[in-house]
Amino acid sequence: MTEFLNMGGYGAFVWPCFALAGFVLIWNVIAASRLHAAARERALQRAGAGEGGR
Amino acid sequence: MNWTWFHKLASPPHAYRIASRLAPWFGWPAFLLIAAGLYGGLVLAPADYQQGDAFRIVYVHAPSAWLSMLVYGTMAAAAAIGLIWRMKLAHAVAAASAPIGASFTFLALATGSIWGKPMWGTWWVWDARLTSELLLLFLYAGVMALRASIDDRDRADRASALLAIVGVVNLPIIHYSVYWWNTLHQESTLTKIGKPSMAGDMLWPLLTMLLGFTLYFGAVLLLRLRAEILRRERDASWLRSEIGR
Repeated sequence: MTEFLNMGGYGAFVWPCFALAGFVLIWNVIAASRLHAAARERALQRAGAGEGGR
Repeated sequence: MNWTWFHKLASPPHAYRIASRLAPWFGWPAFLLIAAGLYGGLVLAPADYQQGDAFRIVYVHAPSAWLSMLVYGTMAAAAAIGLIWRMKLAHAVAAASAPIGASFTFLALATGSIWGKPMWGTWWVWDARLTSELLLLFLYAGVMALRASIDDRDRADRASALLAIVGVVNLPIIHYSVYWWNTLHQESTLTKIGKPSMAGDMLWPLLTMLLGFTLYFGAVLLLRLRAEILRRERDASWLRSEIGR
């Protein structure tokens, strides 16, 4: 396991790259989901306000 | 030719429903392919005879560099369709693509820089491949900033579409930079015709990651497109019944 983490002496370069990739992959999903949730919330509010005004 | 399908696809309610339905069909295969590619690249593939284990960075660097260009191409094509056919959904696709592309351009630059340190002895050189990829990041930033700076949505769509289309000239420059100029960056491994320059047990995890990242882009684009459609159609009557459920 230590040998695997050591990556032949290049662990300090290899793992940050994979960590960054993981961050970008997860960030994109979270950012998109949050945008959708926020847009949905706003649209629902506007719909509610529109009906209330009638 | 019957264009009904095209007009149907371009209608926001239809596109919203299709995007919701299709996203998992891209997302789950992407997840499985990336997981398999990671296992193959980090565990099964042997160390490179020259670069040792540092070569494994290729399994995230090459797919992110590929996406940085694929997403730009998608964004520019969508922008062109939006401009020519005045299709609002195409502008929404372009708007949804930009932040995804920017994030993968950043990832390609960052992982390339980290890879460069042990292999070239430097984090950065102003060589053609690296500089043109950095320019791509600025193009994404420019397209997003231009869109954000114009309040009127139609004008913002048109202006950012024009910039996105003009920026396409950078794509062949990035791709051919390693052939046109003497750069420190190695030549491409996969697109060499008839000369497989990578052993099979190193190659399959890379191809798996490339396909996984591509499908992942499809999934995230659909997720962002849904949000973009909601934002643009917030007063439309179809929306109430659709999201009220």
